[in-house]
Amino acid sequence: MHVTVTLNGADVTYDVEPRTLLVHYIRDAAGLKGTNVGCDTTSCGACTVLLDGRSVKSCTVLAAQADSSSVTTIEGLAEADGTMHPVQKAFHEHHGLQCGYCTPGMVMAIVSLIAERGDHELTETDIRQGLEGNLCRCTGYHNIVEAAMAAARAPELRS
Amino acid sequence: MSILGNRVLRREDPKLLTSGGTYVGDLDLPGVLSLTFVRATIAHGRIERIDLEEAKAAPGVVGVFSHDDLGLAPMPPGMPFLNQEMTRPLLADGVVRYVGEAIVAIVAETPGAGADAAELVVIDYDPLPVVVDPLDALKDEVLLYPQVGTNNCFALQFGHDDTLFEGCEVVVRQRILNQRVAPCPLETRAAAALVEPDGRLMFYSSTQTAHGVRDTLATSLGLEPALIHVITPDVGGGFGAKASVYAEDIVTAWCARKVGQPVRWSETRSESMLGLGHGRGQVQDVEIGGLRDGRILAYRIDVLQDSGAYPAIGAVLPFMTRTMATGVYDIARAECNSNSVVTNTVPTVAYRGAGRPEATSALERAMDCYASEIGMDPAELRRKNLIAADAFPYTTPTGTDYDSGNYVGAFDLALEMAGYEQLRSEQQARRAAGGSRQLGIGLSSYVEITNGIPEGEYGAVEIRPNGKAIVRTGTSPHGQGHHTAWSMLVSDQLGIAIDDIEVIHGDTDLVPRGVGTFGSRSLQVGGAAVNQAAIEVIDKARTLAADLLEADVADIVLDKPAAAFHVAGTPAISRGWGELAQASLDQGGAPLMAEVDLSSPGASFPFGTHVAVVEVDTETGNVELVRHVAVDDAGRILNPLLAEGQVHGGIAQGAAQAMLEEFSYDAAGNPLTANFADYSIISAAELPSFETAFTETPTPRNPLGAKGIGESGTIGSTPAVHNAVVDAVAHLGVRHIDMATTPERVWQAIQAARSASEGGSATSTEGAA
Amino acid sequence: MIPSSFEYVRAGSIEQTLDLLNEHGDAAKLLAGGHSLLPLMKLRLASPEVLVDIGRLAELAYVGDGGDYVAIGALTTHDEVSRSPLIAAELPVLAHVAGQIGDPQVRHRGTIGGSIAHGDPASDLPAVALALGGTYVLTGPSETREVRAAAFHLGFLETAVAPDEILTEIRLPKMAGGGWGFEKLTKRAQDWAIVGAVAVRLDGNGSVGVGLINVGSVPARALSVEAAVASGAGAAEAAAQADTGIEVTGDLNASAAFRRHLTRVLVERALAKALA
Repeated sequence: MHVTVTLNGADVTYDVEPRTLLVHYIRDAAGLKGTNVGCDTTSCGACTVLLDGRSVKSCTVLAAQADSSSVTTIEGLAEADGTMHPVQKAFHEHHGLQCGYCTPGMVMAIVSLIAERGDHELTETDIRQGLEGNLCRCTGYHNIVEAAMAAARAPELRS
Repeated sequence: MSILGNRVLRREDPKLLTSGGTYVGDLDLPGVLSLTFVRATIAHGRIERIDLEEAKAAPGVVGVFSHDDLGLAPMPPGMPFLNQEMTRPLLADGVVRYVGEAIVAIVAETPGAGADAAELVVIDYDPLPVVVDPLDALKDEVLLYPQVGTNNCFALQFGHDDTLFEGCEVVVRQRILNQRVAPCPLETRAAAALVEPDGRLMFYSSTQTAHGVRDTLATSLGLEPALIHVITPDVGGGFGAKASVYAEDIVTAWCARKVGQPVRWSETRSESMLGLGHGRGQVQDVEIGGLRDGRILAYRIDVLQDSGAYPAIGAVLPFMTRTMATGVYDIARAECNSNSVVTNTVPTVAYRGAGRPEATSALERAMDCYASEIGMDPAELRRKNLIAADAFPYTTPTGTDYDSGNYVGAFDLALEMAGYEQLRSEQQARRAAGGSRQLGIGLSSYVEITNGIPEGEYGAVEIRPNGKAIVRTGTSPHGQGHHTAWSMLVSDQLGIAIDDIEVIHGDTDLVPRGVGTFGSRSLQVGGAAVNQAAIEVIDKARTLAADLLEADVADIVLDKPAAAFHVAGTPAISRGWGELAQASLDQGGAPLMAEVDLSSPGASFPFGTHVAVVEVDTETGNVELVRHVAVDDAGRILNPLLAEGQVHGGIAQGAAQAMLEEFSYDAAGNPLTANFADYSIISAAELPSFETAFTETPTPRNPLGAKGIGESGTIGSTPAVHNAVVDAVAHLGVRHIDMATTPERVWQAIQAARSASEGGSATSTEGAA
Repeated sequence: MIPSSFEYVRAGSIEQTLDLLNEHGDAAKLLAGGHSLLPLMKLRLASPEVLVDIGRLAELAYVGDGGDYVAIGALTTHDEVSRSPLIAAELPVLAHVAGQIGDPQVRHRGTIGGSIAHGDPASDLPAVALALGGTYVLTGPSETREVRAAAFHLGFLETAVAPDEILTEIRLPKMAGGGWGFEKLTKRAQDWAIVGAVAVRLDGNGSVGVGLINVGSVPARALSVEAAVASGAGAAEAAAQADTGIEVTGDLNASAAFRRHLTRVLVERALAKALA
């Protein structure tokens, strides 16, 4: 079946099996390898992308369910000229990644958390609970949380 | 101004943050086929029948293979001191010994086709009795290898001295379980293989030891190592478990050669929970004896190691437990004996700490039990027994030579950071108030052995005519940031900018030899080798410069900020690195390069003290880690940002073992926690931010003064968190709770203590079995 | 990881959905948020031949004022439920519980109807609906009927939804400012409850609704507790009845005995908050 998605701002159409998961559509059909698969029980969040602006675990969405929607992956986050998104920048400055495997999903989850906070100032507890669905084995989360708090204060992310 | 010791941001990050890392599963391999394994669903049984006909005929299937198709010898246990008859067939050969053991390999056009075909494979088993508990395996009633006649694959017996505790006024005994855990790197195991047009085997591996992979493939497939090219792309975590070469790696290579097309194997998480080796798995019987004034005189630990079904490196880890048995304490007499037994479970391998967390956990629990027995504050007991700062080098009763240490310094700092006295006051107040939320304070003072194996490491530095440097290292980073760290070392030596230094690792064609990254060895041998190569390249450059500048070598000066050489006194006339590299090529054709095979300078011993604060709900048994303080000393710190990151990750895994994680089996050998939903891998919501500090007591053993840091966080944290939980309910009469301190275990311990006190029995020095 | 193959159909209307269910019978499963069904399919524990995707039926995603109850469309996501001003005002316990289900990514996709129709005793929402005394609207080819939450769960993962019906609306009586308590013990934040309890004060006359999470094989009300409170017992006394009449079994995270104990403790705590 044909599934059409606006992927990082560009309309794409691929012919995939109905059983194709959105994460495999992104990785195999569209060739964007940044989004990773880390588990098979919807637990780890390595596959997190934005679907119509909100974080989802792309391993638990069929590509067919995303038809005609917009999908943003890690590759679509930085500016066209390479300027990193405040969350990416904060991860770099605060050493929020080691092996990098959980990182794309972690970054997208935090982008979504910050985007949805409204007027509320995110506390450390908000971040930690907000990331309960994103597992990391390398960092112990300490620097990820620091990076998220720093990014949340970035002026560019204030509505 | 040296860059060493600075918080240099990682060069690895930009790519990882924007397009993501390139892991084995991401590699663009035209025409690659997918490899799917069919695995045993019972823990022990003879294979009566394997029916592959339907699977072979399924759409998209290229080949279906079982043991007899391979024609390959089984893998020997790997370590020479393991029982060499307990070999491991690459695919199950007539018998399966654990749930998850690979039996059939299916090569198909897509992962989906492979998964569909796997469902069509029919395997009939004739079940055999199962043994899961190592204590049962020790009895040799149910045997995994009947022809061998025992389940014991490795005994380390140094004798039992009945007089060990002579002169002790107090002896406390306790059985301690150091439970089986799963390493859970976010990237599961993966490998890809293809045969090049020239006949060489190209093998991509998610590994910590590229050259080890090459050599194992060579031996197994009967190929010359030179005919195998191993490349390590980005690796999504390893934690020791990817330092082993697995049967599936070899089968992947075999399949690619068999079908004549590229083959990729990328396991699912559920597979990985049963295929990637497990960690820990010791039953420990400890006895600790001394005087009532707190002086510890003697310590005994008997270890029973669960090896899993096929003995691998996990089976020999009791040797490391023995090595670090007495830890940071000045204990005159000690004994450590062990047996390693096979069970119908996933084989155990090295996992962050590999034998040393087990030693520290046992000893630190024993110290708290002893403190409780004599009614002394656990901090006071520890301080009384710490090896003094002026006692180094120090040899332990089990024959280990510690290089340097300042245990009291780290200890005092940790307690100061924690506000120990205040914590005890708050604890007292809560106990007096009698509410359900009680506070527990746990201590752990540890020392551990890094770079404990005798192998050295390869390092090379080459300068190109464009003035940039290429570093080749035998280490194998999987998150540690070696590209940043090694380029710091080389930049500091040569004056070449970090961004002009390329670091190459994990490619057996580009790096001729290497050992890899595990055991917290990389900086002290790998970094040291690269550093030495840089120094030797400077010597070569000076000779070239002397020639070009027509001066005496002794008069040549390296101006690092200018990245150029000149004659002392005339800095304006200089030759840059690029020019010298060109000159080297012009003169004899050889590049300006130095290669070093650094012999191991010997093991080093980082140490520290951790303090954990937990809140325990005495009605539900729920445990919350509210604070964790860590003071670690790994000698001279090259990059504090990277070192802290290692400590953080280590603390998370260590705390997880104490409170949450446990790989469980039922009595029939069925795994109960074989995916990320059932196995409680720790998340950010269960952890606080950590309070960390380094003290720096350099080691005299290597020129960098550096010890390893990679495993310290794990080793130090588990006992602190564990002790904190027991401490939280100690006032209710609880003496010990086994890890993981789940709500049920905590609640059961409280209930047992309540019944014991209501029944009027006195607390004894004999710990509960 | 990869589900078995299936035929995929996107339903354009409730009517079309019912036609498809009628046509395919047992071979078809409904796909809403997919966060109960897809995890099972990825492990090949479920292999429906046909998936009917109702996720785009916008007419089933709403939060409306039904007078003395709040009407919630079955396809309203947990995230939408947790952020709804009407639910925050009239059903604060639901807003709170919905905001804690799974993690943010799960809440963006999982729906209240999907969760309730799945009928897992370890789910949070069925217990909330039971405590509130809610009802479910089931739409079939010939009729639409309302079933009390208390009569909805028939067995383990078995509900009153007939093969040719779909759950379209959840109706929950407004709390009218009544007190409430929600207590859940989990291993990790993202995990299913080991045991959970919801208590809601239904009126000023000692009437409470108490729902249990992961105690027994179906989502259940603690009827004995409710009766005890109704006859004047305080939280502690009433909570001692919490596990009465329920077959409690042990699992990896709690033995039967521990589960019984937890049920009593958490019911007491939830009740204490509800009655405060």
